[in-house]
Amino acid sequence: MNVIELKDIVKTYDMGGAEEVHALRGVSVSIAKNEYVAIMGPSGSGKSTLMNIIGCLDTPTSGLYQFNGVNVSEMDDNDLAKVRNKEIGFVFQTFNLLPRSDALHNVELPLIYGGFSAGERKHRALETLDHVGLGDRVHHKPNELSGGQRQRVAVARALVTRPSIILADEPTGNLDSKTGEEIMGLFEELHHQGNTIILVTHEADIAEHAHRVVRLRDGLVETDEPVRKRKAVAASAS
Amino acid sequence: MHILTEFKEGLLISLRAIRANKMRSVLTTLGIVIGIVSVTLMATAIEGVDRAFARSAASFGTDVLYIDRFPWVRNEDWITLRNRRQMKVEYAAMVERQSRLSDAVAPVMFTQRRTTNGNLSMEDAFITGTTHMYMKAAGVTLADGRFFTAEESSGGRPVCAIGANVVETLFPHEDALGKIVRVAGHPYTVIGIFEKQGGLFGIFTADNRVWIPLLSFESHFGGRRDVTVQVRVADLKQMDDAKIELEGIMRKIRRLAPGKRNDFSINQQELLVQTFAPISLVIASIGLFITGLSLFVGGIGIMNIMFVSVSERTKEIGIRKAIGAPRRSILMQFLIEAAALCLFGGIIGLAIAFPLSLIVDQVLPTAMPISVVAISIIISLVVGLISGFLPAYRAAKMDPVEALRYE
Repeated sequence: MNVIELKDIVKTYDMGGAEEVHALRGVSVSIAKNEYVAIMGPSGSGKSTLMNIIGCLDTPTSGLYQFNGVNVSEMDDNDLAKVRNKEIGFVFQTFNLLPRSDALHNVELPLIYGGFSAGERKHRALETLDHVGLGDRVHHKPNELSGGQRQRVAVARALVTRPSIILADEPTGNLDSKTGEEIMGLFEELHHQGNTIILVTHEADIAEHAHRVVRLRDGLVETDEPVRKRKAVAASAS
Repeated sequence: MHILTEFKEGLLISLRAIRANKMRSVLTTLGIVIGIVSVTLMATAIEGVDRAFARSAASFGTDVLYIDRFPWVRNEDWITLRNRRQMKVEYAAMVERQSRLSDAVAPVMFTQRRTTNGNLSMEDAFITGTTHMYMKAAGVTLADGRFFTAEESSGGRPVCAIGANVVETLFPHEDALGKIVRVAGHPYTVIGIFEKQGGLFGIFTADNRVWIPLLSFESHFGGRRDVTVQVRVADLKQMDDAKIELEGIMRKIRRLAPGKRNDFSINQQELLVQTFAPISLVIASIGLFITGLSLFVGGIGIMNIMFVSVSERTKEIGIRKAIGAPRRSILMQFLIEAAALCLFGGIIGLAIAFPLSLIVDQVLPTAMPISVVAISIIISLVVGLISGFLPAYRAAKMDPVEALRYE
């Protein structure tokens, strides 16, 4: 069964009055377990909107979205929050860590909302931080970490709930190319370990790390094809 | 378990947020601090007035009936009351003979006279003329010495018992017992000292009194004045029956034809309490309303700063929502922050109000009631929850996509 099943997704924003913006005009995409998919497109193509819908941050105006076989397109706020908490791990361009909390607490955060006990939270968070190579930085606050390290904390936070998908939005956008490569290596490794990864980017050479690229243009899927010459990275994650 | 974890997280965040904005938090809390200080002080003062009144009222004795020419609480025309005949000293003996429900009966007469001991004087001492039965009829106790005996009473001996204020004024540094005081120039030997009663700003208190035998009183100050017949009822449960009995006896004494209205009044402490209760309620309501306003203003301050806090942390709210925080826990987080701010203010307020209440205590014997402490804490929590609700609700309702985009 596919993890993600999008059928004729339409998203229209009402800009007030008679004016409407059609961000998505009927997008259908399926993503299977353990796929590594990049969603590409120029700005205004609707890729951010699609990412928000896939990430259950937003609901489509019309169309069907099934996540692990469950219809999420008509869920209310709180149920969506539950899906985000348990099934989706976000990695953002700007890291989006809580600035006043240390790495450990940042990684524990989704487990707090997931209702895990304090002991379980700490154990899992430490394990995950160690997994992304930050075992010795757990008590550092974001401003005491480098950009790459911050993004690793964010990846650990995304991984810690063992979600069905990892949704990364321009994860290398705020990093220099060398650090970016390292993060891409980390994703590569996570993919090998069986994670499903969805990468949203506008950079072609980042997208080439994926196994399949979905290109959007003007709110429609333009192409959806496997990557022929995949870019290999030295797996230097840890 | 789940809620508890979120609650702990909320507490952690709010303490961190308050610590990160120390100056702002302190200034915001100031309104609550002032509100709590004024509310607790007001409540303490009201408690003091109530206590003082209760004590003064108690000095009238719960089981004592007072047969007077006029009612204490006037609800009839003065014109009709004015024509009432005087009360006479003999009534006391008649009542004592005829009443079966009473324990002791004493006639009492009052006047205000200058009382002196050498150079020390008290201008407005309450001179009370009565008999040896007074002690029993009034249900009072002496701190020192004794009251006059039946012989001293019937012989009109120049002896007296004095109240605590009289002792303090006339005998500040010496033992009053056995000394001589002059009441309007007439010498009286002090044989007894009454216990201090306290009272409301010196009103309604027996501490200013000088008790002398009724016969001496009549010969020095004249007997053509109203007498109060003080009757102690044997059984507190029979107060109402005793009142009816006394009414009958008095009507017989006064030879009132059936159908004629009483030309005397039977008073009791309860009447005073009944009159005071609504006054006390009005004072309390006005006082608490005015001080409550300052709490209200404080609450608005909290609401204002919470709106600032929410919009400052839009991004954080977005992050929390993205990783799965439900509305409930965002709501809780900000409610806790507002409540913690107010609680903090409430505790500071109490810490300031407590020493101030000790100062109030100098003027008006009182103590900050424990209930006021508990209520203040609850009030500050409630103010926090109410004023925090709107900002917290706005935070909880935020669209995660927009919140994440906020810089």
